[in-house]
Amino acid sequence: MDAQDLHVSVDYVGTSGIIFSPEQKACLQTSLCILQNNYKFDRVYFWGKILGIKDDYFIAQGVEKDEFELKKTLYSKDCVHWGLLPPATPERRENAKLAKGRFTGDPSFEFEHTEKKDENAEEEMITIKEENRLAAVIAEIDNDARIVPRAAFIKTPTGDVFVNRSFQGLSVAESAKLCNYFHFREPEKLQEKSLLQRANLDKAIDFMDSINEDIPKGAWSLQMERGSGLVTLRSLSWIGYVFYHVPGTRKFGSVYVGTGERNIDLPFML
Amino acid sequence: MPVSIHPDSQVEMGEVGDTEGNKRDIEYQNAKAYLLTQSVKSGLNLYDHLASVLSKILDERPDDAVDVFEDYSKLQKKEKFTSDVDTIQAKEEKSTEVALAEIQEKLFGKGDAEEEAVEQEEDVETPLPNLMELCFFFEQAGVGLNREEIIRIWLALKNLVDTHPLLHVRFWGKVFGTQQNYIIAEVEYREGEEEEEEEEEAEEAQEQETEEKREDDEEGEVEEDDTPKPDFKPVPVVPKEDNRTGANKKTYFVCNEAGKSWTKLPIATPAQITIARKVKKFFTGNLDSPVICYPPFPGNEGNLLRAQIARISAGTHISPLGFYQFDEEEEEDEEAGRDNFVENLDFEPVPTRELVDPTLSNWVHHVLHILPQGRTTWWNPVQKGEDDFEDEDEEEEREEPDEPEPETGPPLLTPLSEDTEVDNMPPWTPHLSSKLVPQYAIAVVHSNLWPGAHAFAVEKKFENVYIGWGQKYAAANYSPPPPPAVQDEFPSGPEITEVDDPTPADEATLRAAQAEAAEAAEEMEEAEEEEDEED
Repeated sequence: MDAQDLHVSVDYVGTSGIIFSPEQKACLQTSLCILQNNYKFDRVYFWGKILGIKDDYFIAQGVEKDEFELKKTLYSKDCVHWGLLPPATPERRENAKLAKGRFTGDPSFEFEHTEKKDENAEEEMITIKEENRLAAVIAEIDNDARIVPRAAFIKTPTGDVFVNRSFQGLSVAESAKLCNYFHFREPEKLQEKSLLQRANLDKAIDFMDSINEDIPKGAWSLQMERGSGLVTLRSLSWIGYVFYHVPGTRKFGSVYVGTGERNIDLPFML
Repeated sequence: MPVSIHPDSQVEMGEVGDTEGNKRDIEYQNAKAYLLTQSVKSGLNLYDHLASVLSKILDERPDDAVDVFEDYSKLQKKEKFTSDVDTIQAKEEKSTEVALAEIQEKLFGKGDAEEEAVEQEEDVETPLPNLMELCFFFEQAGVGLNREEIIRIWLALKNLVDTHPLLHVRFWGKVFGTQQNYIIAEVEYREGEEEEEEEEEAEEAQEQETEEKREDDEEGEVEEDDTPKPDFKPVPVVPKEDNRTGANKKTYFVCNEAGKSWTKLPIATPAQITIARKVKKFFTGNLDSPVICYPPFPGNEGNLLRAQIARISAGTHISPLGFYQFDEEEEEDEEAGRDNFVENLDFEPVPTRELVDPTLSNWVHHVLHILPQGRTTWWNPVQKGEDDFEDEDEEEEREEPDEPEPETGPPLLTPLSEDTEVDNMPPWTPHLSSKLVPQYAIAVVHSNLWPGAHAFAVEKKFENVYIGWGQKYAAANYSPPPPPAVQDEFPSGPEITEVDDPTPADEATLRAAQAEAAEAAEEMEEAEEEEDEED
């Protein structure tokens, strides 16, 4: 969610048990403002919190002009001092999947994973630094779970993605349908669609994958809070990811507060 | 926006002269005619609209006009006068938002009768907790719910207190479901005022039914006496614990949204608790929905929720050391262990610094551990079994099963330091609510075994709450238990073992052997006869 009105918008996810103490909110308000200035970000998003055993990580993301590109991720343990996370390269993301268990809360902690490629080969030891794993998990969550309402962002003919100035919010009826929420990432499934299916899409708006095609079906829990005054979408594959949207307004956002582990048991649990 | 184009307004090329100037004129006219075509939907045309937008921009001269052009266009359309006189009467339907607000409005009403009652009852201690104060402390800890929601829950609890004879009420927590969520209240009835007849009757009826069924089966067996009886003896059902004891010590009420009616959850049976340990399912938010899983769960979602509540309470309800103590007058029951405690009136608050000590020896569990059997006190399945078999003939043949080892768990008020590790990590994470002003901070403990279970303590106050999905943490992935091994049909022996048919050669040798034997026998007989004759 936007860092600027964090103290207001965090209230929308309160029904999902996501609460920040007044001290944390005050700290974030101050430090994120300084962060935006120091790193010369266009916008700063408060991304969420990853719970460790000893300590928690607060995560913020800064973007420059294009919302898709050049995203920088920062973490903090005390909400005041922010450190830049290393980029999540594909190799790091592959390695991070080998690390099991919860985050410890110490960025220099090293997870160890021993692997035997062949029967005869010697055991290979892979060490994964918690800092790298953190960056990888954040990238995974962004890829799998980060969603926005349809038409909230537009793609210009030059390929840049901007906030849609004329987005008026989804109507109540629209907001109850999963097809009106998009994965905020480069499309993966859109190219697989047939020309016929793509014929009715608006190129400026429908340039991302909608979440109603996610596998397994039911990976999102859509609930209307306060009657229909607030739509909450919770990801069941990344438990702790909550998206909110107030129908009929521009207010939307999402936050992740969880252990940073994918729910691999999802198919059994539905 | 579809725009209707009138073909009549197009000027044909051939009609007018062919000079250069004329051509341009015609193109201009065609373009203008196109721009002037009216939209079917809004009745506007682009030409007039552009003109008015441009004049507006020129009037107002905003900065970076090109960036805000869309907004101006939109605004201009919006501001244009449209008559909203309509001959059709619209029937406004109530939105779900209004419907819920109307339900919740009742929470905020005081009621006339109550007002009088308040004056009289002021001295009487109310079982309603000061939820707002607890919410304040939880907010310091960074857990809990929206304050507005807490207020609504508080009022809903008040409703519950007014309508039921309750001794204690507590906000237990919130469990998320895929479609709706559960708000859970933990209550204790006043002595002897519980309304439990309905449930028992229903259960008795069920038991009778099963008994009748059993009788029917037996009768059927008498008629066909050749039918072999199976050796299978069903595993005796572990009896459930009575109300007010063990896992059913407290009663639980749930509702989906504060203000909606409270539903009492049925009491948990050991079978439900043991199966609940083996399955991993999300709640849907509907108490009556079936639980489809393997191994099959005995009951619907309400029962599963109750079983999970029992497990979570047993695992995560903690209090500072010394807040509760055993009743000294009560003698310790050696077999069962103690299951009752009283509040320590001389409780000396434990300093916050000691409460967040990583050893956690200053926190104790105040809910009994649930044994693998699904009960808090162990029940011996054998002794019970013998009673059943007394009148059967087979009793003598039956082998005496070994006396099972009684299951034991940690006694009540065991410190958290005794808790076992969860997948190589500590089961609890303690920390101070504030690092900046530690002298006024409170002690907070998060459970790692049940993510979402939290507790805080400060001075003489403490509280537990659970806000989560009702799932236990496991680092490894879940795999459902395998189906039981296939049972042996009958013991294998020579009479049922398949052998090769004898070959003709085998048969010939056998026949020869038989013939030889016969001859020998004849000879013997003859010899005997001869002997007889000789005598």
